[in-house]
Amino acid sequence: MDGVETILGADPEAMVSQLLELGRDLCLRLFEGMAGLRAFDDRAVILQRQGRIGTYPTFYGEEAVQTASVVALEERDWLFPTYRQTAVVTLRGCPPLVPLLMWRGHPGGWHDVMRYRVAPVCVPVATNLPHAVGAAWGARLRSADWVALGYAGDGATSAGDFHEACNLAAVTGSPVIFLVNNNQWAISTPLRRQTRVQRLAEKAAAYGMPGLRVDAFDVFACHRVLRRAAELARSGGGPTLVEAVGYRLGPHGTADEPALYRSPAADRLWAPMEPLGRAQLGLVSAGLADAGELAEIRGRASARLLAAAEELERSPRVTLEEIADTVHLSTPWDLSPDHLREPSWAAAGE
Amino acid sequence: MSLVSYRDAVRSALRDEMLRDQRVILMGEDITGYGGSYAVTKGLVEEFGPKRVMETPIAEAGIVGFAVGAAMGGLIPVAELMTVNFALLALDQIVNSAAKCHYMFGGQWSVPLVVRTVSGFGQLGPTHSQTFEGWFASVPGLKVVMPATPADARGLLLAAIRDPDPVIFIEHSLLYSTKGELPEGEAADEEVPIGSAKVVRAGTDVTLVAYSRMLLQALQAAEELERSDGVSCEVVDLRTLRPVDYPTVVESVRRTHQLVLCGEDWRTGGFGASLLSELSDRCFDDLDAPIQRVASPDVPMAYSRQLERSLIPTSDEVVEVVRRLN
Repeated sequence: MDGVETILGADPEAMVSQLLELGRDLCLRLFEGMAGLRAFDDRAVILQRQGRIGTYPTFYGEEAVQTASVVALEERDWLFPTYRQTAVVTLRGCPPLVPLLMWRGHPGGWHDVMRYRVAPVCVPVATNLPHAVGAAWGARLRSADWVALGYAGDGATSAGDFHEACNLAAVTGSPVIFLVNNNQWAISTPLRRQTRVQRLAEKAAAYGMPGLRVDAFDVFACHRVLRRAAELARSGGGPTLVEAVGYRLGPHGTADEPALYRSPAADRLWAPMEPLGRAQLGLVSAGLADAGELAEIRGRASARLLAAAEELERSPRVTLEEIADTVHLSTPWDLSPDHLREPSWAAAGE
Repeated sequence: MSLVSYRDAVRSALRDEMLRDQRVILMGEDITGYGGSYAVTKGLVEEFGPKRVMETPIAEAGIVGFAVGAAMGGLIPVAELMTVNFALLALDQIVNSAAKCHYMFGGQWSVPLVVRTVSGFGQLGPTHSQTFEGWFASVPGLKVVMPATPADARGLLLAAIRDPDPVIFIEHSLLYSTKGELPEGEAADEEVPIGSAKVVRAGTDVTLVAYSRMLLQALQAAEELERSDGVSCEVVDLRTLRPVDYPTVVESVRRTHQLVLCGEDWRTGGFGASLLSELSDRCFDDLDAPIQRVASPDVPMAYSRQLERSLIPTSDEVVEVVRRLN
């Protein structure tokens, strides 16, 4: 792929030397992160098929980009997720039960925002990006040295908020990373119908910021590129647009059927790029890990998710008060939860 | 006591809160050198610098989204949207982000931001002369205020900036040059609580409920009706549209038994429609006649001056509606 930074896609000798440079600890940490996300995604799909959680946007194939986005940044940096990154918070230490509860519509699914520094999830695409810019700019104003990372897909680059956020970030010099996971498909709309620009990173030029391209199925390259973008932001160099180039290996979500609009042959062509298997090949051939050790990491992750799913079953039901109580921080008398059950005429008859 | 314009009253609240709290920042289009489209922020960039009075590109969704993020990051942003017509471009950020962050994350993260914007007319044509307060007032998670007097503009803006939730603060272009007294001394720092209406004229025959510019029209109508018809109108300034202070209105109706709701927005789906529905429930047994409304006809605003005049609700219309009742 043209201009796309890769480590696992390089010639074997270059690959091995770059992996050795990253070191075993970091490499295994990245692999473990991906294993955790994969286990979450696998389990969530099962739970959805069983009717135990709601419609769920799978991220199968996006584990490398997501893991790298957490590991390449510092713990004090803020992440601004969309609906497809609800499990990244588990890489910051949040138990997987929490995002599973979220997909069940349970208040226990609200992860501790301030502790993990992962913002509330935004569902309308690209709307999280201005938040990332505002937060990052605010940090700069208060001399904090954290940076913000906002997630987007290729489809989100067509939305107005993407443009407004990129422009605002560049013009204010805010320390932000726009991480665009270009998986070529926005539900059923292919990239060629989304934009005439073939390389989304080129859009960065219009805002006066750097645009980098990286192999979305290569956790090690993603880590390196995102690390560079974070360092630039932290040192006052402003925002960067990172385009992770890949392919949506799964459906858009559990309510989608890709065979309706795209060729299964293309899917088969991309399937071997699956990031865990690919990372494993690299790690084993570089002598940084053996297959048994990696299988053990994945087994532990699966067992953890199975336990979380069992705990999910034991969680109590939600009450209306619990939900209504959080509409405002300072609840005005007329909007208090008591009024939800009371017919409006009751107050007049006292 | 000196008279202060509505414009200066808004500015005084912005300035005092910026002096009081370092976290308060302003952002918006043309709010620095130009001083804002209605000259509300004039002089503030000179005093507080371009970091706290931030000139933004033309990007309403971006401005509000940015403000949501800045609020998450610990600041208290006051975002100016040039007019409420442009707030349409930011509707998603207002409704789906500002109003939802607190709720969708179990109340962990408040978004203490104020969106200041302007309603009104003045030969600006169909896309720049609209009145949308009812839309915002229908959204759980938002608070919506619409002051009519300089004192309330100041007091409510102090309350809005100090409020931990997102507040939509709607000014009125035709009120900026109106003047009134501001509280002085210690009282100057007092907020007008969000969610409190005020009986601004006592009366015995009809209750007129109004807010923003329509309050002045209702007061004028009350004078006229007293003089020519001997009808005594009680006038209630709603001041806050979400949450509405229903008890103050209900109490007034118990005294007068007749109710007229005065607004500038469209008759269909306008804020008055929601008020009417709730108040007909709460006041049904006290009412001697059906609740009446003064509202704009369901057509886009005209650009022609005389047509515009015929579309904007005035005190004459309020007088006419009251006469029909009596």
